Amino acid sequence: MSSIYSEIILDYYRYPRNKGSLSHPQIQASDSNPLCGDIVEMQLELDEKNTVKDVKFNGQGCAISQASASMLTELVKGKTVDDVRKISKEDVLSLIGGQLTAVRLKCALLSLKVLKTGVYNYIGSTDATNEELSGL
Amino acid sequence: MSRQRWAAASNSTSQKATSPAAAATASYRKARNKQPGPAVPKNTTPTTKPPLTFPGQFAQSTVRGYATQKQATTYIHEKKPYDVEKIRNDFPILKRIINGKPLAYLDSAATTQKPQDVIDELTRFYNEYNANVHRGVYKISEEATAAYEEARAKIARLINANSPNEIIFVRGTTEAINLVAQSWGRTNIGLGDGIILTEMEHHSNIVPWQLLAKERGAHLKYVGLTDDGHLVHEDFRQHLESGGIKLVTMTHVSNVLGTINPVREYIREAHKQGCPVLVDAAQSVPHMPVDVQDLDCDFLAFSGHKVCGPTGIGILYAKKSILQAMPPFHGGGEMIREVHLYESTWKDPPYKFEAGTTNIAGAIGLGKAVDYVSGLGLRNIQEHEQELTEYAHDRLGKVKGIRIYGPENPRTKSGVISFNMGDVHAHDMATLLDEDGIAVRSGHHCAQPLMERLGVSSTTRASVYVYNTEDEIDRLAESLERAGRIFKL
Repeated sequence: MSSIYSEIILDYYRYPRNKGSLSHPQIQASDSNPLCGDIVEMQLELDEKNTVKDVKFNGQGCAISQASASMLTELVKGKTVDDVRKISKEDVLSLIGGQLTAVRLKCALLSLKVLKTGVYNYIGSTDATNEELSGL
Repeated sequence: MSRQRWAAASNSTSQKATSPAAAATASYRKARNKQPGPAVPKNTTPTTKPPLTFPGQFAQSTVRGYATQKQATTYIHEKKPYDVEKIRNDFPILKRIINGKPLAYLDSAATTQKPQDVIDELTRFYNEYNANVHRGVYKISEEATAAYEEARAKIARLINANSPNEIIFVRGTTEAINLVAQSWGRTNIGLGDGIILTEMEHHSNIVPWQLLAKERGAHLKYVGLTDDGHLVHEDFRQHLESGGIKLVTMTHVSNVLGTINPVREYIREAHKQGCPVLVDAAQSVPHMPVDVQDLDCDFLAFSGHKVCGPTGIGILYAKKSILQAMPPFHGGGEMIREVHLYESTWKDPPYKFEAGTTNIAGAIGLGKAVDYVSGLGLRNIQEHEQELTEYAHDRLGKVKGIRIYGPENPRTKSGVISFNMGDVHAHDMATLLDEDGIAVRSGHHCAQPLMERLGVSSTTRASVYVYNTEDEIDRLAESLERAGRIFKL
């Protein structure tokens, strides 16, 4: 069968874009996946119009978690905080491509969970948003 | 190959009615019919009726027709014909196709697959003699009690316990260790006392002792590891001699590295200092002959589901004198002699430690599983796994970029092979292997201190059991090579 480990995933895993840290991020969050030990941290720097001016991720773990985090940074760059909030699971999964099992889905969506946690902390969290996060 | 020779031998011997097993069963039946109690129904075959035996019946002279229990244990442990293809047919799950390929199940260190006999016995219990044990005076309750106690006796024979009363049914290895920590530990371990562990313990043999040490003001001392995954004996000696050590608790076989620890020697040394020893045998009892009287361990714990039995059932063995002195773990029904408003008295072991309705079906299923592995022979199982492990070390060792952890000499370990390959994360490796229908474990294997010692966050682990073949090892190696190509190693 064909592998979910496409050239693109491996490229982002070996040569991660936007990996590192920012000096003055307004949005910052991190989380880990205790099952796999994947760790992802996300930092976002905003301009005066609440647009993502710069973004970095840091972390360690499997190719799926690290490549998806890197791809996600490219997706959010230049977007407004409001647009970042609207990024869905499906958006991330379409970047990765291929079929993931339930356990590996957690790896793929860890960075989105971290990103959303940071954004919701920034704009003020509600019960509805917490529910969304627990679904990731 | 010696295995093929055994396979050929199996065809001829299986026809003979005078095999040790058949003879033993026949003489056992004969003896049983002389016992007082219900008559054996005439119209049922031995395989479809529950054993009509009762607690206390297993005096050492009447164990399944053997003159002594030692003989029964010898039969269980000895070498017999071995035919892996025939064995595979006993496990229905091995016929599954995963992602277009036959399932290659290489995760038996996590849990083993179940033979049809065990699956059938669970169904038969619920269909034919489901009842609570020890209480009912009606037919099916007596049948359930007999089967439950027969299972206990089978386990006593498997590990050569002095008596079935030294066998306590628990949920698994984890509960067994917690039982010892909470009951024996709280009574015997106090402020400033020491407990010796090793750096290769599973979390289930670390965390209960951390909880106890915190509560009692005791401290933990760890035996370190060499780079190839053996215990540093000198650490052990130093800890023992430092004084105040009240317990040594260690794994018999590492669930990550497969290292077989010289527990017998360690037990001798600990006993010289008057210190009791708990052996975590979760990875040894299913794979090799284990004789608690020969080891002279004070406690031994293992899980049913790792030895072809159901989940949710496991065993704590402890020496009779120790069990008698220990306070109960859980309070409730079944474990009491008399209950008054403000005080109660306890039953004798093992019942003192089996409060409430236990996992009856699980215990009976485990009894059937013990029959199954006893029939294969523990020495055989060990030899089969040994051959596979040697083959795997040789075959996998040729895969580009692989690093196998633990003992380099496959003869000094059991059938557990932990490895990493290049910069491929263990979880990615497990997903890649799953794409080829190969089931392995990836992660920290509930042994984070060991991962730290190895300097890795996780490993991929393949582990073998009675049903695995060299062909499956070849498939694993080929799939690893494919992973190497995908990751361009």
